[in-house]
Amino acid sequence: MKKYGFCKALLIVSLLAGISGCSGIEPWVKPYERDRFADSIMFLDPDPVSSSYLQHVYDAREGARGGEGSAGGGCGCN
Amino acid sequence: MLPEDRSDLLYHLYSGGGVEIDGPSILVRKKVGSSLSFVGNYYVDMISSASIDVVTTASPYDEERKQWSLGMDYLRGNTTMSMSYTSSVESDFDAKTYSFGISQDMFGDMTTLSLTYAYGDDLVGRSDDPTFERDAKRQLYGIGLTQILTRNLITTLNIETITDEGYLNNPYRTVRYADPNNAIGYSYEPELYPNTRTTNAIGMRARYYLPYRAALQAEYRFFTDTWDITSHTAALSYVHPWRDWVFEIKYRWHDQTGAHFFEDLFARSEATNFRGRDKELSPLTSQTVKFFASYEFMSNGWNFLEKGTVNFSADLLSIDYDEFRDLRGSEPVGEEPLYHLDANIIQIFVSFWY
Repeated sequence: MKKYGFCKALLIVSLLAGISGCSGIEPWVKPYERDRFADSIMFLDPDPVSSSYLQHVYDAREGARGGEGSAGGGCGCN
Repeated sequence: MLPEDRSDLLYHLYSGGGVEIDGPSILVRKKVGSSLSFVGNYYVDMISSASIDVVTTASPYDEERKQWSLGMDYLRGNTTMSMSYTSSVESDFDAKTYSFGISQDMFGDMTTLSLTYAYGDDLVGRSDDPTFERDAKRQLYGIGLTQILTRNLITTLNIETITDEGYLNNPYRTVRYADPNNAIGYSYEPELYPNTRTTNAIGMRARYYLPYRAALQAEYRFFTDTWDITSHTAALSYVHPWRDWVFEIKYRWHDQTGAHFFEDLFARSEATNFRGRDKELSPLTSQTVKFFASYEFMSNGWNFLEKGTVNFSADLLSIDYDEFRDLRGSEPVGEEPLYHLDANIIQIFVSFWY
């Protein structure tokens, strides 16, 4: 599993490097059309200190974990 | 892009099911120059537990968990590299986590692709046996994609695989099994979990700017693991600003199947190779309703501060267990009522930007 995970990460990094070289794709939402994403009501995670606490509560109360987009910490939730 | 310079001082309180956990969380983030940002967090859980597990099989206890973390982000061009270290300490549990990440802004900053790897090293002890020490290792692999789709819609997709290896059960928790030799009809023995677990989760989130100044967010997560737990989690929230205030209301729903080795009542002692009676690993449905209010002050700045907010959040959590039974009554064995948990989760915090 460890080896598989490392290979997967290597492959993704290679793809990342490859994709970032593709400068041919024109952004269809221009920078001057993105003013609404600067408004805090559009932030996907406006208060990280609060969301990481709640994630910790759910990790301790439910059997599922992950998929939230943050690395998490040592839980000690048992 | 580097995160904003910001500090938060938060008080959290979890109260429900005979458990009360409260404490502070302090987070400070500051840029140094234009390409480095440092973050530190200090977090405390003060636990007073007389939970359903504790009152039926053990004695109420008080415990404290302290966690601190340090992290750094380094921006170079459109690439941000991150690393962090987290340490969590209890009297009978030590956890260390090392995390590394890289994210790349692409296509005119409409797309952000991120990769995360984390390694966790836990040491499990027992408060009644200083010679008891068991290890558990954890590795996390994550990939995330954030995409601006239209001038009103932003989405994010996160896929995470987490592998655990080592001592994964709770050294204190027991399972119950039918025992005709015991007057109450059952006895307890220690739980025994597999020593490996791999979990996979895929989460999606979309936030939409409504035709007036307000936002709607939808979330969904699918989860599956090698212990046969499968879950679906969905949430919908509405964010509405009014003058210097921001209000949010959110509904979250979670449904899961149980681990293959979970039983509320085993047929006999050592009935199966692995056995557990952890209600978090049992089939359950949870629902949460959230109310959040935030008030912004010093909007025009003061001294070195740009602005501040004071925030209040209440999450009302309700869990229905499909198989885990409440043994506090005197019903016949196996016919006890199913357990139900209600908990209030309160957060009060102030935030400053500078």
